[in-house]
Amino acid sequence: MEEYLTSKLKTQEYFLNMGPQHPATHGVLRLLLKLDGEIVQNIEMDLGYIHRSIEKMCERDTYKQIIHLTDRLDYLSSHMNNEAVCLLVENALNIEITDRIKVIRTMMSELSRIASHVLWWGVMGMDTGALTSFMYGFREREMINDIFEETCGARLTMNYNVIGGVRYDLQENFVKRVKDFIVHFKKKLPEYDKLLSNNIIFQKRLEGIGYISKEDAIAYGLNGPTARGSGVSCDVRKIHPYSAYDRVDFEEILFTEGDSYARYRVRIREMWESLSILEQLVDKIPDGEHRVKTKAVIKLPVGDYLQRVESARGDFGVYVKSDGQKFPYRLKFRSPGFANLTALNKMTKGLKIADLVAILSTIDVVVPDIDR
Amino acid sequence: MILNVFTDIHNLLLGLMSAKVAHITELVLIGVAYLGIFAVLGLFLVWLERRVAGFFQLRLGPNRVGPSGLFQTIADALKLVTKELTGTVKADKQLYKIAPYFVITTALMTMALIPFSHEIQAFDINIGIFFLISVSSIGVLGIFLAGWSSNNKYSLIGGMRTGIQMISYELSVGMAVVTMVVLAGTLQISEIVELQKGGWFIFTGHIPAIIAFMIFMIAGTAESNRVPFDLVEAESELGAGFHTEYSGMRFAYYFLAEFVNMFIIASIAVVLFFGGWLSPFGITDAIPFAGLFWFSVKVIAVIFIFMWFRWTFPRLRIDQLLTLEWKYLLPINMVNIVLMALLVWLGLTF
Repeated sequence: MEEYLTSKLKTQEYFLNMGPQHPATHGVLRLLLKLDGEIVQNIEMDLGYIHRSIEKMCERDTYKQIIHLTDRLDYLSSHMNNEAVCLLVENALNIEITDRIKVIRTMMSELSRIASHVLWWGVMGMDTGALTSFMYGFREREMINDIFEETCGARLTMNYNVIGGVRYDLQENFVKRVKDFIVHFKKKLPEYDKLLSNNIIFQKRLEGIGYISKEDAIAYGLNGPTARGSGVSCDVRKIHPYSAYDRVDFEEILFTEGDSYARYRVRIREMWESLSILEQLVDKIPDGEHRVKTKAVIKLPVGDYLQRVESARGDFGVYVKSDGQKFPYRLKFRSPGFANLTALNKMTKGLKIADLVAILSTIDVVVPDIDR
Repeated sequence: MILNVFTDIHNLLLGLMSAKVAHITELVLIGVAYLGIFAVLGLFLVWLERRVAGFFQLRLGPNRVGPSGLFQTIADALKLVTKELTGTVKADKQLYKIAPYFVITTALMTMALIPFSHEIQAFDINIGIFFLISVSSIGVLGIFLAGWSSNNKYSLIGGMRTGIQMISYELSVGMAVVTMVVLAGTLQISEIVELQKGGWFIFTGHIPAIIAFMIFMIAGTAESNRVPFDLVEAESELGAGFHTEYSGMRFAYYFLAEFVNMFIIASIAVVLFFGGWLSPFGITDAIPFAGLFWFSVKVIAVIFIFMWFRWTFPRLRIDQLLTLEWKYLLPINMVNIVLMALLVWLGLTF
């Protein structure tokens, strides 16, 4: 019998094409899986399905025009991306911005971060099979989007930052709405824990799965919440404080387990921290100009410039090489998602397809951010 | 053997034609009636699921077509009927076409045993429960064939998962049922219900009955491929799993059968644990067809619990699914049967 089995019935590895149209790949990411039954042996990533050559487009645009293109990278943290370009130009030209601008930018960034994490939480539930979390997440996201809409007219790709400030001053309602949101969200966050975090099935699905050590996390260049789940301290808000982050008191969330559940908890705790930042700032928005005067044509002096911000996904960087013209000579975006995605193979090897989906979700990829 | 259904119709037909023809006519009538029940029930449950989902998910669900959106699913079904039946070139044509009928036939055959009330049960044989479990096991073939014949890797993975999952959990469903059969001492469904006149089995069976009920609910959810055991379809992993390549009415067969299977599981639970068509404390036992009302109420209550599961829990992974069955449910079940047997032997039941 055994002879028969070995001679006639053979098992073999097979390839499975996951994406670019697949519900779990969060957009147009294509994964070529090498599978043994349900066990993932190897993952090859095929990128470029939404490549729009944004970096090249930036070379023919003025610095003011570049800002709106960054909306289209990581569309869930569009405000932070805008801010990076603005900060870069302001720092290069030594434009002094008022405290009001700094506080507005910080508050909008934190609102964006919460909106992004809330969406991630909903999708995280969906990827593990709990469909209800998506709707719960969208309830809170809707409130934030309404605040954005009232402030700058857009809900997703906001383009609210301009060089030397923000496009419009805050509406009268802003403070009240943010306060309402803080009260509401403080009640709802524990509900998130009840629905997903404390669910035994959910915990078993994530605990010990997708492990990556601190050393590996550094070696792969992981950043943002994904790296902080492995205990790598990498919060740009702490290391290189920008805008109003030096005047607020918040904690950098670090977990040392390095598994999917640690990455999950980092993001949940980050929402609490963002709430606390908002609370500290909402009553102390200083008076002043919302936009300082800048030259009509902005030219950066010859040289290399780098600006990093902490986007919802991690360390977002803009690198500009200027030859003194009004267009950048070369421009490079350092997107957090790309580095984080590279570790997927390392995390997933030897686990099941279902784990792959859950791990991909805890990395929190946004594909336009990776392809640019 | 068939009829305690509507003796009046039986007599009327006998008056009109010869005994043999009347018998065949009755069979056809009952068949048509059950097809009707099948369709209406399926559509109603789909509507209910969508409303319940809306209730859990902070939205409304269908509410435009007809009162409370009741006709929405009928409109959807009409759309599916008129759709072209597409398929892949590389599919195994014969198996691909025949697969949905396995599922739907099984569901129909099982439904014949469901006692809607004292008067309405098409097929009341002395080995009812045994027949029910053995027939319902055939359904897995349809899903398995669909996964295999579609010639699609996602379908294949879905189909393989079905094989693993349904065959494993069949054991737990069976064992939980056996526990209750030990208490009842009969396999005939109508008798099991009648025996509960003094008190529903969930109360008279002490702790073993409650354990059996919990196991039955868990395994029943797995049997009907619903969250947290919907690995077969697992839309975030496999797209749509085994029915990825199906369209139009063939897809609708699977879709309806899934809901009817859920109804069947809920009905078995009601029959075994909650006294079937019996009213609480026998308040309406004298009224004919009142059983239908009580049966529906109980079944919908159990179905609501299944839906509650679906819109709350995340999905298990395949190895966790098997661990749960083989390492926990099955051993507990076996001990539970012995416990129940002891209880019955010592006469400790109420």
